[in-house]
Amino acid sequence: MIRIQGLRKSFGRQEVLKGVDLDVATGEIMIVIGRSGGGKSVLLKHLLGLMRPDAGAVLVDGVDITRLRGAALEAVRRRYGVVFQGGALFDSMSVFDNVAFPLREKTKLRPAEIAQRVEQKLEQVGLQEMGSKNPAEISGGMRKRVAIARALVTEPEIVFFDEPTTGLDPILVNTIHHLIRDLHRKFRFTAVMVSHEIPEIFEIADRVAMLHDGVIVETGDAASLQASPNPIVQQFIHGEVEGTHHAA
Amino acid sequence: MPQARAPETRADIAAGPTPWPLPLRLIEALGWLALYIVASLGRFGRFLSEAVALVFIPPLKLGRLAGRVYFIGFKSLTIVILTGGFTGMALGLQVFLTLQRVGSEAFVGPAVGIALVRELGPVLTAVFVTGLAGSALTAELGIMRITEQIDALMVMALNPVRYLVVPAILAGLITFPMLTAIFDVAGIYGGYLVAVILLGMSPGTYFGQMQTYADMTDVMVGFWKSLCFGVLVPWVCTYKGFHCGHGAEGVSRATTEAVVLSCVLILVFNYFLGSVLP
Repeated sequence: MIRIQGLRKSFGRQEVLKGVDLDVATGEIMIVIGRSGGGKSVLLKHLLGLMRPDAGAVLVDGVDITRLRGAALEAVRRRYGVVFQGGALFDSMSVFDNVAFPLREKTKLRPAEIAQRVEQKLEQVGLQEMGSKNPAEISGGMRKRVAIARALVTEPEIVFFDEPTTGLDPILVNTIHHLIRDLHRKFRFTAVMVSHEIPEIFEIADRVAMLHDGVIVETGDAASLQASPNPIVQQFIHGEVEGTHHAA
Repeated sequence: MPQARAPETRADIAAGPTPWPLPLRLIEALGWLALYIVASLGRFGRFLSEAVALVFIPPLKLGRLAGRVYFIGFKSLTIVILTGGFTGMALGLQVFLTLQRVGSEAFVGPAVGIALVRELGPVLTAVFVTGLAGSALTAELGIMRITEQIDALMVMALNPVRYLVVPAILAGLITFPMLTAIFDVAGIYGGYLVAVILLGMSPGTYFGQMQTYADMTDVMVGFWKSLCFGVLVPWVCTYKGFHCGHGAEGVSRATTEAVVLSCVLILVFNYFLGSVLP
């Protein structure tokens, strides 16, 4: 279980997170929504231990990772898989080597076993023919799928998705969402996803949390969030120009 | 130190804290600058100390080390031979013409040899390798930073310093002395080409006098300098790439800073090493 308690983070005079509280249950898909530039990625970086908060805690199964360093933090990260917004694929390696990289570096599997697992994962994301390609030679949607394959190849307990469908066409958005849902059903990992793909995310989310102005203003399942009387939530999920949000 | 006057009225509160007088603000700015420099130097030093510690903590990434040796060493070979040769030719010509005025052109060999081996070889090799491989190293790491590839390594529970910095520094230690030696040889033969083949000096005099006046001490001075620059250049270039700003502008600024800082530090260290070494 992941528990975020009173998380605060400022950059200079700009306070991005103003006391975020959120619980993510084991095995659920939690999707954090909110406007672009609203601090969702900053929140995710705290969960990954890439940023240190000004105050508050991030508890992963009771261990506050904001206080961990070095080997202790690496031990927590071994349980993680992460899909970055741009994929973060290593551009000096082929698609196959990108997916194989965590297995080569973090396990003692033999090359034949690694090859088998990589091919299996590439098949699951529909890219079995693309192993020899360079990340620069494949489309944006394919890169996202390779990133998902790489994040899942070590069969992590917790997977983080940072806007995995940003910049993709609606068909690819649904393809990626269905892929995440199918893989989640199969491997039962805990997923934390940052997204603003409304209403597509309601199909795959167990629960949705809305981050607004540095705090979580609403949490619940897809139906309860859509029925929420909170005007901030309603304005966001209906994409209304007028309302509590101000256009950027 | 005097404190800013506390607000007393609503108007004072609305206006915010009373600004310091100009001289005090200048002192404050100077203080911030000093703190910034000390903090930057601290980060810079800590970055190297982490890399040095990881050299001795296995596993060492030998594949990446071989790649870096190829990248820094082999790919710089042509430019080092070319620049070494022409540096020696220019040096040979100028030294010959100068010494000819006092009838001592026999000393062209030792003058060219000692100047190249002690000073020009290590310094110019380091400067050219900085421009060629160092800048590419900074740009590569900078792009990895802005495209979250370094973050990806970290969340895979892998230490990016071990993967990206340690191989570069070790490759610098291996390749810089070798490249310097190649530069020196190319330079000595460049001087030979001008002094002996073009200007008619005796080949026996050129090499004989060089053997008489240049000894192993000169070679070792060049060796220690190149070893020092072999750490310095990858250290600066990887640090700048690792800590680059946002976007293409951040990468371009980091690359420029890496090249400029490396070149300045090469010249500064060259002077101090030249003063300390025999």
